[in-house]
Amino acid sequence: MSKVVLKVENVSKQYRLGQLGTGTISHDLNRWWHTVRGKEDPYLKLGDTNDRSQLGGSDYVWSLRDINFEVQQGEVLGIIGKNGAGKSTLLKILSQVTTPTTGSVKARGRIAALLEVGTGFHPDLSGRENIFLNGAILGMTKHEINSKLDEIVDFSGVAKYLDTPVKRYSSGMMVRLGFAVAAHLEPEILIVDEVLAVGDAEFQKKCLGKMKEVSGQGRTVLFVSHNMAAVQNLCTTGLMLEHGQIKALGGINDIISAYTAVTANTGADVVFDTNTRRTGNGNIQFEYLKLYDDAQQLRNTYSIGETIRFEFLVYNKSNETKSEITLQIKTNEGVPLYHIMARDSNVEINYNSTNETYSVLLEDIRLFPGNYHVNAVITDTTGYQVFDAIEECITFTIADGGKYTSRSLPKSAGMFFMNPKWIKH
Amino acid sequence: MTNNESWDIEIYPQTKWYNLQLMQLWRYRDLLLLFVRRDFVAFYKQTILGPLWFLVQPIITTITFSIIFGNLAGISTEGVPKVLFYMSTLVLWTYFADTLTKTADTFSANAHLFGKVYFPRMIVPLSVVVSNLIKLGIQLGLFVVFYIYYIAKGATFTPTTALWLVPYLILVIALLGLGLGIIISSLTTKYRDLKFLVTFGVQLLMYASPIVYPLSTVPAQYRVYVLANPITAIIETFKYAFLGIGEFNVMHLAYSTAVTFVILIIGLIIFHSVEKSFMDTV
Repeated sequence: MSKVVLKVENVSKQYRLGQLGTGTISHDLNRWWHTVRGKEDPYLKLGDTNDRSQLGGSDYVWSLRDINFEVQQGEVLGIIGKNGAGKSTLLKILSQVTTPTTGSVKARGRIAALLEVGTGFHPDLSGRENIFLNGAILGMTKHEINSKLDEIVDFSGVAKYLDTPVKRYSSGMMVRLGFAVAAHLEPEILIVDEVLAVGDAEFQKKCLGKMKEVSGQGRTVLFVSHNMAAVQNLCTTGLMLEHGQIKALGGINDIISAYTAVTANTGADVVFDTNTRRTGNGNIQFEYLKLYDDAQQLRNTYSIGETIRFEFLVYNKSNETKSEITLQIKTNEGVPLYHIMARDSNVEINYNSTNETYSVLLEDIRLFPGNYHVNAVITDTTGYQVFDAIEECITFTIADGGKYTSRSLPKSAGMFFMNPKWIKH
Repeated sequence: MTNNESWDIEIYPQTKWYNLQLMQLWRYRDLLLLFVRRDFVAFYKQTILGPLWFLVQPIITTITFSIIFGNLAGISTEGVPKVLFYMSTLVLWTYFADTLTKTADTFSANAHLFGKVYFPRMIVPLSVVVSNLIKLGIQLGLFVVFYIYYIAKGATFTPTTALWLVPYLILVIALLGLGLGIIISSLTTKYRDLKFLVTFGVQLLMYASPIVYPLSTVPAQYRVYVLANPITAIIETFKYAFLGIGEFNVMHLAYSTAVTFVILIIGLIIFHSVEKSFMDTV
């Protein structure tokens, strides 16, 4: 028997862009004047959807728009989405840090939000004093903390430093202590932001284990992360946000594939223009990047053992004569795998004309099946001055199969495929 | 699925102005005490004199006032030793001024904390009131020490039965400082202009209250203005209680109390409406 413990209805959140300044008071007065006359807030009608890359015409933006969902007791809901999709805003509303502009949220039981570890730690107070302070800030009573003090200390693993001011702690110890307090909170609904990004691998594992345990006790967890492996491992259902709206809601595996499909830049041919999100001074810029296979066909799905040719055109707008070009290949989870620099292949990038085209051949690719992203960077030869840098400018997929093996190669088993010689003695 | 609409937490864009959720404060009382402890402990950590620092400020101020206003300006202290006069007015005034300036900073000083966790925001200004109360206690103790010393030396003042009113005076002045403080802190979240006026304004307010001069020396045509200041009756009653000087008038005290409550209620309402949305504007 399941029951709904969290119900989000028509939640929207509007923000005003730019600086609060002299213009603000006139808007406030106008808004007040409309309210006094019983009219609708004039600024609620305005606002663009939340798309960072598009320049909107309005000063107001809807960070969240018409969010509706329900969470059952014991459910572990993963909330995913690109940066700026509205995840943090949603968490802030759920944790009552800010109110929605419209709509309502209803919940059964206590909600505890872990948007940050060790909130309210005072550097001059000892670890023990901070356990009490942090616990109380998160909504525990002194009695509750007292009864769990030993467990908390044990979980944090900083027992030795308990009476030392936390300003002497390493950042890792601080995180451990903070999470230890939060983990013993026992709310009916626990909201966790990407706090697991800090701490060492062992501690991260401990945290994930603790969260699994929490959900096993019939409590509800809302987990926000970019780490798809953690989300998949932990969550039962997922919610994907895009531009402040719910893009997909359902079983976690469907949601993750929906997310990867969107983040994957599906084309094998990208042209960079003014809409491209890039950094650098622009002296030399990429014009396009294309992926070709052996047969000179544009393609972005490959299998192990094939060759990928990255072809790109660089356009020199300045009088620079030389540069360095770097391609970086990362996994879907953001782990960097390859860092390819022209100089490592003894190639100097010289500019004889304003347009130069290069190809980088990645032969006999040995990456495990999955999606991979490419970062492309042009710098000067010292690497200090960045002319152009585009993150995740193209995505390619390695599919199962290929010339070496037909068995399935899950990412959890490895990252690189090898077929070494086997010798029987 | 149940359709039973009994929710523990309901979040709406706006709440009714009279719904101040004071019950929630009670649930978070431990947090209040921990904040008080934090403020107090953090104050003297890594100092040699520790809480003794709470005594340095009133002693120095009293000496300064005695020299400047008592000796140089020659303002009357109604026949009471100068040190005792200034110390008696300063005890409550310092409490009021400290409470006001610190609570006026509630939102901006705690923006980071408020941005990450929800708890009733009123806990923070209330904890300021309580931790300043400890400071007041220490300073009151100092005053009593001087008081007894002057009595032993054979000074000619007499305490009155109004001494029983002292806890009440402390309560009223605490609530007045709190009320004004939360109004200012609510208004400064969006428009910071007011922040610059606080320190300056508190100083002006001191000269508009009978701190460095007794009410009896105020010329008749200005008396009504000084009395309009709700602090006046509190300070005068305090002096009357301990030293038998100053004016004690129940009507004036009732007026101070009424003004305090009006300010406090306005403060609570504004504060409550701002705490919902301040994260978006701070």
